[in-house]
Amino acid sequence: MIEFQAVTKRYPDGTVAVDSLDLTVEDGRITVFVGPSGCGKTTSLRMINRMIDPTSGTILLNGKDIRESDPPLLRRGIGYVIQHAGLFPHRTVLDNVATVPLLSGVDKRTARSRAAELMELVGLPSTMAKRYPAQLSGGQQQRVGVARALAADPPVLLMDEPFSAVDPIVRDDLQQQLLRLQSELDKTIVFVTHDIDEAIKLGDRVAVFRVGGRLAQYDSPSALLAKPADDFVSSFVGRDRGYRALGFLTATGIPVGEVATVRAGDAPERAREALVDGWAVVVDEQNRPLGWVSADLLSTMDKSVDTEALVSGGSLFEVDSSAGGTAGSLRNALDAALSSPAAVGIAVDGTGAVVGGVTADTVLSALADARSSGEVPG
Amino acid sequence: MNIDWPWPWLERNLDDIAEATGQHLYLALLPVLVGLVISVPLGWAASRWRLARGILVPLAGVLYTIPSLALITLVPLALGTKIIDPLNVQVPLAIYTIALLVRSVSDALRAVPGDVIAAATAIGYRPVRQFLSVELPLAVPVIIAGLRVAVVSAMSLTAVGALVGIGGLGQLITEGFLRNNGVELVVAIVLIVVIALLIDALLLLAGRVITPWTRAGRGVKA
Amino acid sequence: MDQGRPGGEGVNSAFNWLFDPDHWSGPTGFPARILEHLGYTGLSVLIAALIAVPVGAVIGHTGRGTFLVAGLSNGLRALPELGLLTLLVLLTYVGLLPVVVSLVVLALPPVLAGTYAGVRNVDRSVVDAARGMGMRGPSVLWRVELPNALPLIVGGIRSATLQVIATATIAAYVSLGGLGRFVIDGNNAGPGSPDGYPQMAAGAVAVAALALTVEGVLALAQRLVVSPGLRATNLVGKNT
Repeated sequence: MIEFQAVTKRYPDGTVAVDSLDLTVEDGRITVFVGPSGCGKTTSLRMINRMIDPTSGTILLNGKDIRESDPPLLRRGIGYVIQHAGLFPHRTVLDNVATVPLLSGVDKRTARSRAAELMELVGLPSTMAKRYPAQLSGGQQQRVGVARALAADPPVLLMDEPFSAVDPIVRDDLQQQLLRLQSELDKTIVFVTHDIDEAIKLGDRVAVFRVGGRLAQYDSPSALLAKPADDFVSSFVGRDRGYRALGFLTATGIPVGEVATVRAGDAPERAREALVDGWAVVVDEQNRPLGWVSADLLSTMDKSVDTEALVSGGSLFEVDSSAGGTAGSLRNALDAALSSPAAVGIAVDGTGAVVGGVTADTVLSALADARSSGEVPG
Repeated sequence: MNIDWPWPWLERNLDDIAEATGQHLYLALLPVLVGLVISVPLGWAASRWRLARGILVPLAGVLYTIPSLALITLVPLALGTKIIDPLNVQVPLAIYTIALLVRSVSDALRAVPGDVIAAATAIGYRPVRQFLSVELPLAVPVIIAGLRVAVVSAMSLTAVGALVGIGGLGQLITEGFLRNNGVELVVAIVLIVVIALLIDALLLLAGRVITPWTRAGRGVKA
Repeated sequence: MDQGRPGGEGVNSAFNWLFDPDHWSGPTGFPARILEHLGYTGLSVLIAALIAVPVGAVIGHTGRGTFLVAGLSNGLRALPELGLLTLLVLLTYVGLLPVVVSLVVLALPPVLAGTYAGVRNVDRSVVDAARGMGMRGPSVLWRVELPNALPLIVGGIRSATLQVIATATIAAYVSLGGLGRFVIDGNNAGPGSPDGYPQMAAGAVAVAALALTVEGVLALAQRLVVSPGLRATNLVGKNT
């Protein structure tokens, strides 16, 4: 557990980076510090491993004042991941990861085999062990950074905007992996970002900072979206917060209706009979969706339903099913409906097979139900 | 000018040439080594404190500007050495090496990316070990580049010492000139150039061997 | 006084020698020697610039002959100027020509490297823009590349000048004038003579002062043609 008690950081020029911060970071959770630049989130993070010392106030790590610890020793017990990874350019990937165990006096062989395990854990092929950081992509470098931070198996991990310098697809990948790692490792993670979406996606608890280093709100992501403490938080959380809040409501039990399907290769005349409201989903042999076909489109096909000419479908909504899939959220369901050309979202099971359709109206009434049952604070 | 078939002269004087070469290397290389050792802490100070940089870098520029013959002549005045003391040549060479390297070392250390330094600190390095195992190795390519210039310059500058009676291959140059012996002159010049370029090549090679990561960047980006 | 060991007394006698009014007049006085020194230097650097600037510009513009630039500056740094100078004198005669030739040889690489790098380093998009406007090769070089390369060209001339000033000191060894005269004559007079070490030291101080003054003037001149954003650092070797 990390406790900030009335922590203030004031620089000699009078700037206040952090203003009497009181906050408790729970063990085994991901706590995200989020806010605009200059809000003191990174300063707060760096005070935990004494990269910066507070002007006043106390920080306790597991009940012990961190000022009583020797900074290098304290830091060896706290993993640290930064933007651009900060890898040592002159060391191989393996030696980068082995740095902390070596510093702590572990022999070279043990340190390297530990490093190899960690590379595997973060999804790096062992063929990369002998490479230098400059030979890796940004995403791979960031994985090495995470592996290096985890090498000494520290209970606490500090992450300072670790994913903000990679492209959105890679970022999504790294975020998923962090969540997967965390489900296995149960570290106490403090994560700094300026991206509220990232905060909501990753955080068990989110601390929103405002400029001047004051804590504006410290809450669970869903509470943050549903009940912003003030105008600053609500504007920071953004205009789409109502929509994003749907992401925290599971769609389990939402009624899935019928959806018209035709098989790829069917004769156009047969397909025409199957249309509902002028649209049908074209599926393959395994019943997986390939796209949509309309009455207009069918009139241009003479022999069979041509998969090349289909209107691409919107996002898919995965319902909980015996096939082992994970249930989507109301946000997934609504997005599937809104992004579909036929205004019907395609619901699929864990294998990707079409099981039905869902409309925006269905989602909205499910939301209304959730409100009246008190599941969502109205 | 007297241009004989060189072998007879060479054969007669092989011992003297070998001795002059050895002396030349001692005169030229020792100061470079000493200069290197001194310039690392100075360069570190210049990279770290604005004041140190504000003093050291311009001072290095001024010292580097002073012609070698002038510096060689003035060392006895400053240090009280005898006029033909080898130190009169070695001290200026060490000064030139330091003047060249202080700036290189300081620039190289300042060029180490901030996030690498932050990462090293956060990992739990103590300052001295961090300097020796992270910052200094990353500065090595630039230091080697400066060192190559320093060594090659020192090899040719050492010859100037002969003008005030300090030995080495420069002695063969002045002797060859006074005796109108072209062979002696050419032998001395060729030896200086060849040895200098040889050492330069060795340093280049050594630099490549100890900094394998500098050639890694252009590799595959998977 | 211990003959080989000029101590604190040496400083006094050196300054006495330096400020002796007798040494500040006539064809062997400091003013005349300084003018000689500057004369050798100016002539050599001018000739070197007339050769190296066009050649460097063409190499930089066409990208052909790049190896020449690198190879020349590397090889010449190792060449002992004392050797080059004495060899040229032995091969020809005692006089201005061999001295100027060896000083020109010395001044070529820095000017060549500066001009080459200056032209080469001009932002490619600027060059493309010039071509896009319909300029031909020579006009791109003349109107776009050279003006942009000016800072580095001046930088090259500056380091060439300093190397030549330093090496011109050695010219006295082959019986020419210049400030090196005092050092060589002092050395020849022997350490015990009143015109011995004091004269050497006085000459050395004068040479150092001249080099620093010229460096200061050139630095100022370079600042006038270089925008602060373009200030160059170059690793040229120490020559004499």
